[in-house]
Amino acid sequence: MNREELQAYLGGLGSSLTFEEGGEWINLFVDPGQFRELMEKLRNDEQLAFDYMFCLTCVDWKTHLTMVYHLSSTRYRYNIVVKAKLDRAKPEIQTICDIWRTAEFHEREVYEMFGVNFIGHPDLRLLILPDGWEGKNPMRKDFEDPVNMIKL
Amino acid sequence: MYTITEEILTTPSGDMVINVGPQHPATHGVLHLLITLNGETIKKVEPHLGYIHRSIEKMCESLSYRQFIYSTSRMDYLSAHINNHGCALAVEKGLQVEIPPRAEVIRVLMDELTRVASHILAWGALAMDLGAFTPFFHAFREREMINDIMEETCGARLTMNYMVPGGVMMDIHPNFQRRVKELLKQFSEKIDEYDELVTYNTIFINRTKNVGYLSKEDAISFGVSGPSARASGVSCDIRKIYPYSIYDKLKFDEILYTEGDSYARYMVRVQEVKQSLSIIEQLIDNIPEGDFQAKTKAVLKLPKGEFYSRVETARGELGVYIVSEGGMTPYRIKFRSPGYSNLSALDHMTRGSKIGDLIASMGTLDLVIPDIDR
Repeated sequence: MNREELQAYLGGLGSSLTFEEGGEWINLFVDPGQFRELMEKLRNDEQLAFDYMFCLTCVDWKTHLTMVYHLSSTRYRYNIVVKAKLDRAKPEIQTICDIWRTAEFHEREVYEMFGVNFIGHPDLRLLILPDGWEGKNPMRKDFEDPVNMIKL
Repeated sequence: MYTITEEILTTPSGDMVINVGPQHPATHGVLHLLITLNGETIKKVEPHLGYIHRSIEKMCESLSYRQFIYSTSRMDYLSAHINNHGCALAVEKGLQVEIPPRAEVIRVLMDELTRVASHILAWGALAMDLGAFTPFFHAFREREMINDIMEETCGARLTMNYMVPGGVMMDIHPNFQRRVKELLKQFSEKIDEYDELVTYNTIFINRTKNVGYLSKEDAISFGVSGPSARASGVSCDIRKIYPYSIYDKLKFDEILYTEGDSYARYMVRVQEVKQSLSIIEQLIDNIPEGDFQAKTKAVLKLPKGEFYSRVETARGELGVYIVSEGGMTPYRIKFRSPGYSNLSALDHMTRGSKIGDLIASMGTLDLVIPDIDR
């Protein structure tokens, strides 16, 4: 499949999917409610087989958070980006660490750095930050630490 | 990170809990593993990170596109050039600049020299972890030559900061080609010594064969990349599958093993050294004349959008994800470091094996802790 065919195929996977134009790869926005269902399809669909998640991260847009998942298919060499907008006050999304096991560590990092709650994650604890940092999310844009942060 | 207390010694079921690290010679840095043991059998390995977390991603948000590259030499310090290359590529994607051919060749030469230095250090350090002290000095003998070459051209031995958006910072030193040829000659004489010392050593084979098995499916699922994944048969060399720079014009093989054990991971690195040396050989007499840096504006501004570059470091796939809002600094930067994903597979690889085998599994994953912590 070329890019247009792949985009058309992906569009048929769910009702709430929107595409963002531009960018190196296809950018796919999904509603957090349908997120888990879509990810399972992307992994298990024989035409896609996105078995390799090479990046999982979050971006703080001050009004909302965006989860960004970079997926790759080792069989067909497709690359896509899946994004989900989350409420900044109460960010929640289903975990995918049983689909791609690498997500377990990456979700823990996003949990402590951005405060995103991954529903169903088996072991959502601090990984990098020391004890006592629960609830403080240093990678958010409004995080201030007058002692340890030097403004550049 | 994890606060170590004295009373945790056993779990309710009678298993022993021990700490490996944060200061332990086999972790090559400040990695802390909390290991649950039943006798000598590993039931669980739980990594705790953050002892040297510097929050490079947050720092980069207030650094300009020229400045932030320097902080990435401090991530995977054994692949400093390749980290810089990845960042430069991501910025160049946004700037849409044409890189002069001379700069491309110098970049690839530096990348491959770095890869050789990193792989032979991994070779020596693994042998040292398993009890053989001599190989470490043999590895350092050649690594020292590479560091001297780097020092002459880049001015630094470890954190080179040589690659800038648009090319390389300065031209190569007049001695560069001569000294690289000396290095190639030295390697051609000594490379068999490497095999004699370690590869065919019975003790080494016994300690690494069938140890720390990782299947192909698991390697992909855990996001393992680089030599560790190629030892499990995953074709994942970014230089081959998504070629960047001039790698599509070079002749080299992607080394694939299917055994998936520690010995295969070791063998991939040894073979990759030979491939990298052959790349250096192809290029060293063919450095084109011309500029070493494209003309770029004094203040770089990336257009609004997202830029992602993937490069193959000595440990695996490094991803640089830049989100730009059109300003002078990145809005958000994410480094997808290979070590972080590779480490996540350690628990799965070592469960059920003996604690003595943990070191072989960990050593062949070739973890660099600043790369994991960032």
